[in-house]
Amino acid sequence: MARITLDTLAHSYSPTPRGDADWALKPMSLTWRDGGAYALLGSSGCGKTTLLNIISGLLHPSRGRVLFGDRDVTDLPTAERNIAQVFQFPVVYDTMTVRQNLAFPLKNRGLPADQIAARVDAVARMIGMEATLERRARGLTADAKQKISLGRGMVRQDVNAILFDEPLTVIDPQMKWELRTQLKALHREFGHTMIYVTHDQTEALTFADEVVVMSEGRVVQAGTPQSLFDTPAHTFVGYFIGSPGMNLLDAQLHGATARVGGATIPLAAPYAAPQGRVQIGIRPDAVRPTTGDGLPFRLIRTEDVGHHRILRGEVAGAPFNLVVPEDQPIPAAFDRVVLDPARIGVFVDDWRIEPLERAA
Amino acid sequence: MMDKPLNNRAWFLVLPVLVVVAFSAVIPLMTVVNYSVQDTFGNNQFFWNGLGWFQEVLESDRIHAALGRQLLFSAIILAIEIPLGIFIALNMPKRGFWASLVLVLMALPLLIPWNVVGTIWQVFGRVDIGLLGHTLAAMGVDYNYVNDPVDAWATIIVMDVWHWTSLVALLCYAGLQSIPDAYYQAARIDQASRWSVFRFIELPKMAGVLLIAVLLRFMDSFMIYTEPFVVTGGGPGNATTFLSIDLVKMAIGQFDLGPAAAFSLIYFLVILLISWVFYTVMTAQRDMP
Repeated sequence: MARITLDTLAHSYSPTPRGDADWALKPMSLTWRDGGAYALLGSSGCGKTTLLNIISGLLHPSRGRVLFGDRDVTDLPTAERNIAQVFQFPVVYDTMTVRQNLAFPLKNRGLPADQIAARVDAVARMIGMEATLERRARGLTADAKQKISLGRGMVRQDVNAILFDEPLTVIDPQMKWELRTQLKALHREFGHTMIYVTHDQTEALTFADEVVVMSEGRVVQAGTPQSLFDTPAHTFVGYFIGSPGMNLLDAQLHGATARVGGATIPLAAPYAAPQGRVQIGIRPDAVRPTTGDGLPFRLIRTEDVGHHRILRGEVAGAPFNLVVPEDQPIPAAFDRVVLDPARIGVFVDDWRIEPLERAA
Repeated sequence: MMDKPLNNRAWFLVLPVLVVVAFSAVIPLMTVVNYSVQDTFGNNQFFWNGLGWFQEVLESDRIHAALGRQLLFSAIILAIEIPLGIFIALNMPKRGFWASLVLVLMALPLLIPWNVVGTIWQVFGRVDIGLLGHTLAAMGVDYNYVNDPVDAWATIIVMDVWHWTSLVALLCYAGLQSIPDAYYQAARIDQASRWSVFRFIELPKMAGVLLIAVLLRFMDSFMIYTEPFVVTGGGPGNATTFLSIDLVKMAIGQFDLGPAAAFSLIYFLVILLISWVFYTVMTAQRDMP
């Protein structure tokens, strides 16, 4: 087990990268502490898998270094990094039984037979496959095969880290929940460093202590699920995290007020006059429906999702959503919304800026 | 269940296929069956001979010897071409310009007609003018495929390996190309050795095409005729007289139609039997639970 450090890492699949677009990973530096549970979150094609494959050594980065603890492993082959990785689609050794599949990484490390047997039984219990241990892996269902892949990932106890590349894609929803709980329990029990790649925010937020949000090959923010929700550093994070995502409105700033369309919105603190495209962002649950004073709002439809309602509509021509708890009444024929000043974020060219007082 | 009309008129739909198969396979085969149970003294007058010819063929020392040579030849061919083909396939470039080039080079021997292959090697191996034969002679090797049975066998085996290993390699290559990268990546993660990767990933994925390769190479080598006929003519003596060569000698050289017909049928059944054994053995593992 080890701390993982990425030192100005960058990768391009092209041997002669020219523009920005040629870089699958733009230069990044990150440190993952030993024993942490991390999630890499981002939409498809944002470089999550590339980053994972560089950590496990399946890819050699174009630039930068990877360190396990204090040891530079950038040039070390995968096998010598002693790392476990579970892929998006199941990989099983067809001709082996389930037991042989689970035992394979341990056998390759030359463990004594009794230790292998004990460990395989423990992992089989964990993935719920004790009954099928002697069956051949060929001909099992896709989710059974993926459970074997997960089991093979977890079977070695001395690995430096376990990497998961969207491992629950092919698993049915019920089992998904169960396996995620298992992974979490495993993490608490053995304290492996775990890195979990996903495009599903629920998976990321429930699994990880710290979530790294990636977009277009760049790390846009790393932080606890709460900090991503409360203070997104980038409009992408605001929009990607939360359901529905953060509302973003184009605005002009004047000290401690923002103007959107014709309306004026008070802010919690004054901001310096910024250069570039200015947007204010607010979470749908920090907005109150009202009549009379406020920002003009046009309701398009209401979705009742049980413990709250989502009101979808428009403000100044941009989509704008409200989340209202079920016990809070919605005024009839409301056409205005009021924003909680303390929870308004200001973004310039998509990046969050701090108000003057705090910056000083 | 719905009421479906049940009658046998649908059989008429199979008729065209039956006619084609009858003319292309069944009727020619039946004429052979016809000869195999009859005898003649000429003038197109035939009389019933029962299983006499079959008995004669089965007891013939000459055919026993040819069958022995044939089995040995096919065994050597399979033992060389299958492992060599796999080895070549594993080492062929996976993509890019070199992959295309290697594919074309590998396919070349397969495109040459059998008798041309025979002629090429007949000339190639000659001690007086052939590049191979002359070079060996110049190096002091006592090589002469015309007089020496061992040299004759070696020449024919090397020729067949040259001609047909490509087929095995190309089939295996196709099997290997269908393995997703994730399998190799998983093996690296699992710290598998090169041998384990071959044994547990590559070999199982090649099993299907390998079965085809073994069957094709067995059947073709067991029926080999043209190349040894051109190179050695079955000699020296009977050293390279394989079943087909012997059969042709019997049927056309000696015009013993009855025994040759019986011989053909037995020959056919032997190929069928051995192919069935290969198929059963090689698919047994796949069907295990």
